[in-house]
Amino acid sequence: MFEIRIHSRGGQGGVTAARLLALAAIHDGKYATAAPFYGAERRGAPIVSFVRIDDKPIRIYSQIKKPDMIVVLDASVMDVVDVLQGLKTGGKVLVNSQQKKEFPGFSSGHVDLTGIALKENLVVSGSPILNTPVIGALAKMGIVSTESAKKAIREMFSDERNVKAAEAAYREMNA
Amino acid sequence: MDTIAEIPKEEYILKCTSACAGCSDSLALRYVLKAAGADTVLVVPACCTSVIQGIYPNTAFKIPVYNIAFGAAAACASGMSNAFRAAGKKTNVIVYAGDGGTLDIGIQAMSGAFERGTDFLYICYDNEAYGNTGMQRSSGTPLGARTTTTPAGKTDAKKDIDAIIAAHDPPYMATAAAAYPQDLFKKVQKALTFRGPSFIHLLAPCPPGWRYSTEKTVEMGKLAVKTGMWVLYEREYGKVTIGAQSKAAMKKPLPLEEYLAPQGRFKGIDAKTVDILKQRIAKNFAKLAAEEAAP
Amino acid sequence: MKKIATGNKAVAEAVKEVRPDVIAAYPITPQTEVVEQIAEFVTSGEMKSRYIAVESEHSAMAACIGASITGARTFTATSSHGLLYMHEMTNWAAGARLPIVMANINRSLGPGWNIWAEHTDALQERDTGWLQVYVSTVQEAYDATLMAFRIAEHNDVLLPVMVNLDGFLLSHIMQPLETVEPGDFIPPLHLPHAIDVKNPAGYGGLTGPDQQFKFRWDIERSMRDSVKVIEETENAFAKRFGRKYGFTDDYRCDDADVIVVAMGTLGKEAEVAIDLLRTEGIKAGSMRLRWLRPFPKLHLKGKQVVVIDRDYSFGRGGILATEIMAQTKEEVFSVIAGIGGQEVTYEDVADFVRKRKMGTEFWFGVNSHV
Repeated sequence: MFEIRIHSRGGQGGVTAARLLALAAIHDGKYATAAPFYGAERRGAPIVSFVRIDDKPIRIYSQIKKPDMIVVLDASVMDVVDVLQGLKTGGKVLVNSQQKKEFPGFSSGHVDLTGIALKENLVVSGSPILNTPVIGALAKMGIVSTESAKKAIREMFSDERNVKAAEAAYREMNA
Repeated sequence: MDTIAEIPKEEYILKCTSACAGCSDSLALRYVLKAAGADTVLVVPACCTSVIQGIYPNTAFKIPVYNIAFGAAAACASGMSNAFRAAGKKTNVIVYAGDGGTLDIGIQAMSGAFERGTDFLYICYDNEAYGNTGMQRSSGTPLGARTTTTPAGKTDAKKDIDAIIAAHDPPYMATAAAAYPQDLFKKVQKALTFRGPSFIHLLAPCPPGWRYSTEKTVEMGKLAVKTGMWVLYEREYGKVTIGAQSKAAMKKPLPLEEYLAPQGRFKGIDAKTVDILKQRIAKNFAKLAAEEAAP
Repeated sequence: MKKIATGNKAVAEAVKEVRPDVIAAYPITPQTEVVEQIAEFVTSGEMKSRYIAVESEHSAMAACIGASITGARTFTATSSHGLLYMHEMTNWAAGARLPIVMANINRSLGPGWNIWAEHTDALQERDTGWLQVYVSTVQEAYDATLMAFRIAEHNDVLLPVMVNLDGFLLSHIMQPLETVEPGDFIPPLHLPHAIDVKNPAGYGGLTGPDQQFKFRWDIERSMRDSVKVIEETENAFAKRFGRKYGFTDDYRCDDADVIVVAMGTLGKEAEVAIDLLRTEGIKAGSMRLRWLRPFPKLHLKGKQVVVIDRDYSFGRGGILATEIMAQTKEEVFSVIAGIGGQEVTYEDVADFVRKRKMGTEFWFGVNSHV
């Protein structure tokens, strides 16, 4: 089983990112579940979502304690939350950022999801949409296939700019 | 009421509440509590304020807050007020409830408390939907507004809770808005001087619910008043006094479109519905003007 | 058709298939997506139901009762305090012999306000005459909701059915879902006592001490008859759609020495604990209880039983533990865990089994002696 924890702020689409990722994995023929952790969250507060991907049906509902991968949609969350908590040795970190961030002991990648979203004009109520481009980056990292990523995005969103943003993230994703 | 109020410096809402950015609820409550002072208990049914207090073991409010079930606030306040007064205490009992807990599930208890002449202040902060649970429609949602349970726009008019409260003949009732904190402050102070039930209905624009950008919260409230969608007035022993801002709006209202356009909840509203809203504004203005003019 | 959906959306999808005539509902976390999805279906025309946005849960059930007695198919959904507020009317619905189906998203009771999973809300309804089933996957939520209508509306039952989903743990989690077209699997509703102006009757009026008990016995008789109807429905579902359910969901129980009994998602996650314990040489099995009412005959003879209660009855004990002991007449190890959404993992469940003390009660997070 591959376990991913996604860190974001309320209102940025972190929960939808988890759902998109699970949907893409299911299109890859895997079993997948996606869950938000609802604290007393509201717009702007740090939140986490979980995705589990496996070849067998997933029977675990409790929170992910030892993720294989961390995704950080809003780097400012790292000032208040220990995003690396529980990350397995050799685990991967993907950060929405313009520069590479080093996490000693873990492999990291970065991609400017915000920049990509703004370039595609993917903005809702003042917030750039990060959840569709991040799926492109995750495809580049081999978590899901590009076909399934696009299929999942098109199932959940009618605006094709979402797919363009994911493609841009795929291209620009730096390991 | 056009003097500038002396707003006390003491804060009763501490930093780091759980409110959203641009929240009108906590903005208004800050002034409500400044007006009420320390000898106050807030009775809060299920609503955004239940969450804004924060999570155990902390609370962000520096007065006692009694949290109670959704439909029970006014009944709970009724018991609390009676108990305080029986003990000779003058403690302010203030219900601070959303539109859901006032116009819908809480209406029975509120009507009962008002009919019995309960000595308390009932404040309804109205974000025109069930905010705490994710913006489903309430009877306070205006005609044409999209909510998660009225995805194509509400087809029923906003319930006139002010008329319903007026029918209970309370000593004092008023409308207010988070966008006009001075006015709200004065009205709360005034309400608390009356013995018996008072009612303040305040407009509380909500960025995630109404779908506008968080920094525009005060602007939305002002546009509501300037277009006439919200009228600021007081009713003291049945006598109506319209506020200066609304008098100005009555003379020269801003086009309603200026209020509707920036809000995602009114996106796609058809011309016919906008017309109906405009007619209601005109009718409401006329009705209040007539009441004010009446001897 | 294969999709991915949350537990809440799966319930709404199933409701869409059975085409209720009237839906009356009031929002409450974590049920809201059920009613929001239904509102979207109705607005888009995918569902032809009348959706009444009532002003409280008491009114929601009262409205369902009013609709149901005309012979209409009805549905509602709620949770926690909403269910509590409905309680007078849930009693009324069962007493009035109305086949209303309700999804309840299990959530704890305040004060303090707690929005996370706990079973006490629905368990407090166990005396009302409602049938109750507890599900553990998105697919099961969909399937159970479909079957609930057929069971409720069966002439030998004519009692309301509650489908329970764990708040957030199942209501908000996304899992694969295969939807079906039920077709004639759900026959049209014919309510024998529906209002008929050509044959007027008085409903539920004054009834004396010499008669009332007969109506109450009638509810119980139907509750007992519902056992066969549930079996027949679940068998027919398996034959038609390929997925088999039962009164319990048994995992590795046949040769087990110790069995964990739980409901909802914890009952499913317990299977992972079982697999872990088996690698340690402990012959454990899990029995996820699905149907709470009618309470089934449990096959626990000769096994040690660890009951996990995500609920409590103050002054008496874990409700499941109490009901199981009343049937088996044997001591259990009663674990109280998951209250207010308290995190309980398969590792914790494995530990409950390893450290079990038969005949005692263990409050996870409070007692440290296990």
